[in-house]
Amino acid sequence: MINANLKSTYAADERVLNNRYKQMFVYGMALLLAVFGAFANDYLILIACKMGLLLIAVVGINVLTGYTGLVSLGHAAFVAIGAYSVTIFQNVTAGFIPDPVMIFFAVPFAVFLAAFIGVIVGLPSLRVKGLYLAVATLAANFIVIFLIEQDLFAPWTGGMVGLTTNAPNIFGWILDSKREMFGLIALVGFVTLLMAQNLIRTRIGRAFIAIRDRDYSAEILGISLLKYKLMSFSISAAFCGLSGALFAYFYARILPEQFELDLSLELVAALIVGGMGRTMGPVFGVIIIVMVPEVIKITFGALTGDAAGMAQLRAPLQEIAFGALLVFFLLKEPLGINQIVDRMLRAANRWPFARG
Amino acid sequence: MLKVEDLHLSFGGIKALQGVNFEARAGEITGVIGPNGAGKTSLFNAISGFYTPDKGRVSFEGRDITDLRPDKKAELGLARTFQNIALFRGMTVLDNIKLGGHTRLKTNLWQALWYFGSAQREELELRREIEERVIDFLEIDHIRKYPITMLPYGLQKRVELGRALAMRPKVLLLDEPVAGMNREETADMARFILDVQEQFGTTILLVEHDMHMVMDICSHIVVLNFGQQIASGTPAEVSRNPDVIEAYLGAAA
Repeated sequence: MINANLKSTYAADERVLNNRYKQMFVYGMALLLAVFGAFANDYLILIACKMGLLLIAVVGINVLTGYTGLVSLGHAAFVAIGAYSVTIFQNVTAGFIPDPVMIFFAVPFAVFLAAFIGVIVGLPSLRVKGLYLAVATLAANFIVIFLIEQDLFAPWTGGMVGLTTNAPNIFGWILDSKREMFGLIALVGFVTLLMAQNLIRTRIGRAFIAIRDRDYSAEILGISLLKYKLMSFSISAAFCGLSGALFAYFYARILPEQFELDLSLELVAALIVGGMGRTMGPVFGVIIIVMVPEVIKITFGALTGDAAGMAQLRAPLQEIAFGALLVFFLLKEPLGINQIVDRMLRAANRWPFARG
Repeated sequence: MLKVEDLHLSFGGIKALQGVNFEARAGEITGVIGPNGAGKTSLFNAISGFYTPDKGRVSFEGRDITDLRPDKKAELGLARTFQNIALFRGMTVLDNIKLGGHTRLKTNLWQALWYFGSAQREELELRREIEERVIDFLEIDHIRKYPITMLPYGLQKRVELGRALAMRPKVLLLDEPVAGMNREETADMARFILDVQEQFGTTILLVEHDMHMVMDICSHIVVLNFGQQIASGTPAEVSRNPDVIEAYLGAAA
């Protein structure tokens, strides 16, 4: 490290943005986001909100898969739990809790419920690893969706037809436009990223990474595998639950089919593309995962002139592009886009003395 | 300090350990030697809690710790290194060593997520302690920010020792600390082991094949052969013992 990186205290070295280029990058991004929020058109705001909602959940997946090395293919279940529990909580307690403060009770309820169920779903991780764990968590996804659709619970969950949801009300300020929601989602997204970063620079996150890299060695250092694996599951479920809660506020209606296996896969795919086990990985991942279908939609529309017969080709084309993207990253850049950005930042930091 | 009494361990029909008895005395370096397959690493795994012995007991400061899980033993002050380096390869040297301080830190999840107050204070204290007590001591300042994968073997071994030291252990178990090292690296490592004993007063138990080093730095040696303890005593006694000579050199024709 060559430029402006002389530090004279440990505190300066332990900072998140501990060099000038990281600072420029992050502050620049924040500024860009603020300008974007103020001036972008409704379509772009909608896309950005989708990214933000996905981001919060992918940060959760990152804690579990990226840091702790446990693969889950069932995390859409926690997004569903977050979305449904926040809505049901509001419907049930509507008379007791005044609307302007409802969100401060409903969201924590949803997050804690997701975290609690996360512990239960995490139990198999103590016995099984890798692919077997992925399949075990897959079951959680199906069970949760199955329960939501049951007639028995339909009075609360609305069954197959889902539930209508309200816009969030923060001390009387009703966030009923997408632009206002964008502000909320961006803020929460930023806080979740900061939390994830704080987690890995303190003892708990380090313990997660230790379990991922070499579990017996972690045990010898006094890390209880039982405690930390369950904790990891519960933190990741909590983030997914938070994402689900905002999801419910963002859309006018929630349906069980929105939280099926494809969402679980999308979360994992976004993490792989973005960069597993890196704080900024989820950010890059969701940008790509949300952008690719949109870009395909626009270019395809332009190329075919929206001819009626061609439209049905679009969906499979998106799936193919999605698969190709995943294979490309797994083979060529297993640490994702984050690795590419890291290389660029490093080169900038050393310029003009060395490259790469 | 660390006492092993009548330890038996078997895997199916293979008797890995058959009645091992010794004590690693406080503040001394005890060596465990023996030909390949003698049960040295099995002994270490039984002491650190990866294997449950069939019979016998391991006690630490007078307390029976035979059946404790590895992480509980770590909390009591038992640290170890592995024969084939078991560092966390996805992390930097600094983070690896910081993990040694895991059990001493108290930050809970809520504080960790916000990095406020005691979380930050604790992290900075840990950083200072590691820098001054471990990194400086082991002379690895220049590589503290390097990922483990970039380091040569000898340095990786040293980082692993550093991680164990960051635990402030009372007893340190070293599984072949100089295996595969050249003479210079071996001499360095031997010096560090002696320094650890001298400066921190740590009780050390080590398994090693390098006879010169074992004879030089250990005050007490235990010899295993096919799971049986065939000798124990000072280096001079052990090297004169006919059973040991036979195990190592074969019986005189």
